[in-house]
Amino acid sequence: MKVLLSKPGLDGHDVGVKVLAHGLIDAGFEVVYTGLRKTIEEIVQMAIDNKVDVIGLSILSGTHIFLAQKMKEVMDEKKLTIPWFVGGNVPPLDVEKLEAIGASKAFPTSTKVVDVVNYFKESLPNPSKGGAFVVERNK
Amino acid sequence: MNTKNKIKHTAEDLGVKKVYLESGIEVNPIYTAEDVENSNSKHEMPGEYPFTRGIHNTMYRKRPFTIRQYAGFASPEETNERFQFLIANGQSGLNVAFDLPTQCGLDSDDPKAMGEVGRVGMTVDTLDDFEIAFKNIDLDKITVSLTINGSAIIAIAMYIAMAEKAGYDISKLRGTAQNDILKEFIGRGTWIFPVDKSVKLVVDTIEYCAQHVPKYSPVSVCGYHIRESGANPIQEMAYAFCIAKAYTDGALSRRIDIDDFASRLSFNFDIYGNLFEQIAKFRGGRRLWAKIIREEYLAKNDDSCWLRMIAGGGGGGLTKEQPENNIVRSAYYALISALSGTQTMALCSYDEAYTIPTEHSAEISLRTMQIMIHEMGICDTVDPLGGSYYVEALTDKFEEEIKKEMKTVDKWGGIVNAVATGKIQESVSKQAYIREMGMQTGKVDKVGVNIFTREEESKPVEFHPYNQEAADKQVEKLKRIKASRNNELVKQKLETIRKDAKEDKNLMPSIIEAVKEYATVGEIVQVMKDVYGEFEEPIFF
Repeated sequence: MKVLLSKPGLDGHDVGVKVLAHGLIDAGFEVVYTGLRKTIEEIVQMAIDNKVDVIGLSILSGTHIFLAQKMKEVMDEKKLTIPWFVGGNVPPLDVEKLEAIGASKAFPTSTKVVDVVNYFKESLPNPSKGGAFVVERNK
Repeated sequence: MNTKNKIKHTAEDLGVKKVYLESGIEVNPIYTAEDVENSNSKHEMPGEYPFTRGIHNTMYRKRPFTIRQYAGFASPEETNERFQFLIANGQSGLNVAFDLPTQCGLDSDDPKAMGEVGRVGMTVDTLDDFEIAFKNIDLDKITVSLTINGSAIIAIAMYIAMAEKAGYDISKLRGTAQNDILKEFIGRGTWIFPVDKSVKLVVDTIEYCAQHVPKYSPVSVCGYHIRESGANPIQEMAYAFCIAKAYTDGALSRRIDIDDFASRLSFNFDIYGNLFEQIAKFRGGRRLWAKIIREEYLAKNDDSCWLRMIAGGGGGGLTKEQPENNIVRSAYYALISALSGTQTMALCSYDEAYTIPTEHSAEISLRTMQIMIHEMGICDTVDPLGGSYYVEALTDKFEEEIKKEMKTVDKWGGIVNAVATGKIQESVSKQAYIREMGMQTGKVDKVGVNIFTREEESKPVEFHPYNQEAADKQVEKLKRIKASRNNELVKQKLETIRKDAKEDKNLMPSIIEAVKEYATVGEIVQVMKDVYGEFEEPIFF
């Protein structure tokens, strides 16, 4: 499975996203990383170009709600159904808000690498379900 | 240390488990006089070259370290209010945070700035914002540090222009700018221009200040963010020294005398992790830096050889779990900093692992340092750990290891090349992964995270909500300023910057002239991008 890890907005904190990239690669995922300061439009375009299965947005500047709304807009505009996730400095209270906006899941601050990896593994494309990424919404 | 085996003092001798520092150095359970037998430390004195024991002979007895907390809030008006509050509470220096658009060279009305205006610091579009932020603040009495890098040359120009307009004699103007662009490529990420041009701009500020604002410290080289990005303490010092040397080489190539520049150079380092390791890092680093400046650069003056530093408690050591524990951690970090002979101290607040500090948490940090100064006797004696077998042996070891790591960077083609190709970023990011996994798998103990944990209810955090109204106001003000300034003159000034950039001249004079006419940060950066291009990030992790 191919994961796009991205840094939307102006936030330059990339330690976490790179740690996750290492963790995902060690767990057998293919990772494409956008680098810093991409617009949502650029990220979505990279997702299309690289034919990724999921998109991760890493945000630590507090702009996550704003950027998630923008993400939803752009995904709808392009009629894309690639599941997308939010991580970074996400207060627990904002998790539901992000999922209500359209994130398949939001990982709050202090989420462990192994938890993200396991979540992705458990949601791996399942041939019996047409090979689509299965998102278990824990609501 | 060839007599090492005579006395039983290693882990093997004593049958206890081996202990390694984060830097990979093994430490013994016992140190004795034999461990420092060949060390020069016996003859060292504070205030004397190579300054291992501190850069002054009286240190805090004469004057405690400066307390300078990082602060900056949304609008220039709020920032000014906060500054007044901090000064009233006994702070002697101000550390200004800027919002991300300003740091990345974007104006408030830029589409890319949406949602970010004033979020993590003060917004600056024009000189007007500086004039408001520093209103009624006596720049002779307070030292101001500007935490900005990618667009630092503009911020420094604005600070100088503001002071000049307010009637200060800029030849006496003091202050500091972070302005360390090379570390931005490794961590923090607010680069704008290609690496070589970015370094050129730093050297421009050094040259200008050496000639016109000699008391100003235009660069503070940051090991801090490199360590926060995952580097171990040896790499933190080694990479910072390589960066400092790159700027120094640049300054010398402009025919600036080493003694006119080196004494204005300062450093910003990180503190978290093993107490003795950090102290040895600073003592060994201080000795090595002095030797580099004297032996390689042939500086004559002692103060050129000083490793002047702000050393503060880093966010990297703090946890979101049981956040009150961070108050205790920070007190230890403050102690480390003082025992290491820092010039300036700043502590991350206990809630800084997950938000911008509140007024309450910032006050606790301030009090932590004040309690140490006024109740703990920390200022009474210089370098109180000097002469400790363990600390001196580890200090020697750190000097040696930092030197070795600097040689590795040389092998990568020097720091500028190692940064441009992503070599350093790759090495630091791998370390970050190892460290994080060590913590997540329990190999490295972290209280409240992997040991002594407890179920925690996720308490609502006191956040600084985004102030859309303030952002809108800023955009409106920018519109007003653009309508009322002399736009013909602004255009001329911007063209002068373009011309100077093309001719590879020092940009400080033309930028100062442009900001005086209220040219915006975004306008100036755009002209520079036209000429210099933009950095293309090598994707390494």
